[in-house]
Order: sequence, then C-alpha cells, then structure tokens
Amino acid sequence: MEILIATLVFIGAFFTLVGSIGLVKLPDFFTRLHGPTKATTLGVGALLIASSLYFSSQHEGLSLHEILITLFLFITAPISAHIMAKSALHIKKNEEKKERLDA
Amino acid sequence: MKKFFPHPLLSLALLVAWLLLNNTLSFGHLLLGAFLGLIIPYMSASFWPEHICIKKPFVFLRFIAILLYDIVVANITVALQVLGENKNLHPSFITYPLSIQNQLGISVLASTISLTPGTVSCDLSVDQSTLLIHALSAQDKEKVIAHIHQRYEKPLMEVFVQC
Repeated sequence: MEILIATLVFIGAFFTLVGSIGLVKLPDFFTRLHGPTKATTLGVGALLIASSLYFSSQHEGLSLHEILITLFLFITAPISAHIMAKSALHIKKNEEKKERLDA
Repeated sequence: MKKFFPHPLLSLALLVAWLLLNNTLSFGHLLLGAFLGLIIPYMSASFWPEHICIKKPFVFLRFIAILLYDIVVANITVALQVLGENKNLHPSFITYPLSIQNQLGISVLASTISLTPGTVSCDLSVDQSTLLIHALSAQDKEKVIAHIHQRYEKPLMEVFVQC
C-alpha cells in the first residue's frame, strides 16, 4: 500500500514539475498555456488519488473529498485557460489595429 | 412537476456533491443535501435556458473512460515534448468545424479539448460553428481534427440531445 501511495505521489510531483518547467522554458504565451493545464490533470490527479488512498487506509472510513476536488479542478481549469487564451487573442488583435493606425 | 423539479440530474449531482463535501452519509446531511438539491436548481433556472436530455449514459461513461486514458497517454507525450528542445515543437492554431449544436455539448467538448494535454481551446466563433484550438505540436492539422471528432465529438453528440 505504501509503495503504491509513494509511486502515485512521485508521479504527481513529476508531472507538476514538468508543468512548471514548461511554463518557464516554452517560447511564447500560447505554448506556455499548455504547461499548467497539463499539471492540473495528471499531476494533481495522481496526488489526489494518493491522498484518498492514504486517508482511507490510515483512518476509518473512506475519504472521498478528493473526488470533489478533482471534479472542481476539471471543471475550472479549462475555463481559466480558455479565458486567458481568449484575452491574449484580443490583446494581439488590438495591437495589430494600433500598428495599422500608426502606419 | 417540471416547474418545481426542473433539473433532476442537477439535483442529484448537488446532493452527491454535498455528501462528498461533508464526507458523511448521516441522515441530517442527506436531508439538508436533498433540500439544497431542490432549491438551487429552482433558483438558478434562468441560467439554464436550454433543456438538454442526457441520453445513453453508457456512451457517456465510455467517453469518460476514453478521456481519462487519453489524458494519461497525452500527458506523457507532452512531458517529453516539454523536456525536449523547443525547435522540435510545431505550435499552431487549428480551426475546428463543430458538428455538435447545443451549448452544453459545445462547452463539454471545449473543456475536454483543454483537459487533454497538447491542445487548448481558445475561442468559439460568434455563430457557434467553429472552435479555435491551439495545439502545442501539430504537424498534421487534419489528423488532430479527425482525432477530436472521432474520439470526443461523436459520443458527445449521442449523449447531449436537445429536448
């Protein structure tokens, strides 16, 4: 059991790290968006499964809060990514307009 | 009946969410959750203009299973792409022609696209006919479009039906 939990925590930490690395090293705004959305899915997902398993095995009764956290994350993460991408598109559009006006 | 009980599935989901939040199955919380499940859909009815029926629950469950599998696989590919060199990436925008019509279906599809690593949905056209997607590495745009259509949009079209 402990080995399983440790593996899950490790996987979660690894993918969260990769997400953060992606945020730093990818070349432009839109590619950077991919980093954090990925970290939330598998990274946080694995950590939450580990947490659920740990608290279910250590204490009495099932611990199912984590399912709810996963659900809320899966609902909210795409929306924030979508809003950021959309606003980036609009700002870029405005910049193009400005250039045209300046020229 | 429909007036007082507009969204039975939403009511059920709220009850389950309430029980999960409290991590109990005690009678008091069951009652309180049922009350909230009745009152919240009633008060937020104006936020749900369309009546969507969820048909074929098994197709939906299979869709979720496929999605979870794809998330794991795509996470590994994207992790390799992120750790690899930047010049190997081919970031590009893809215009995806939507076949699904109702709003709930479109929002679930857009969320699915954002959740699967490697693609983020950026913008929905005003007439709701195309979705702008940004892909981290897409050399063959047609392939990405066909993949999304085959794996995600088709089952969603079967599940969310206007009624």
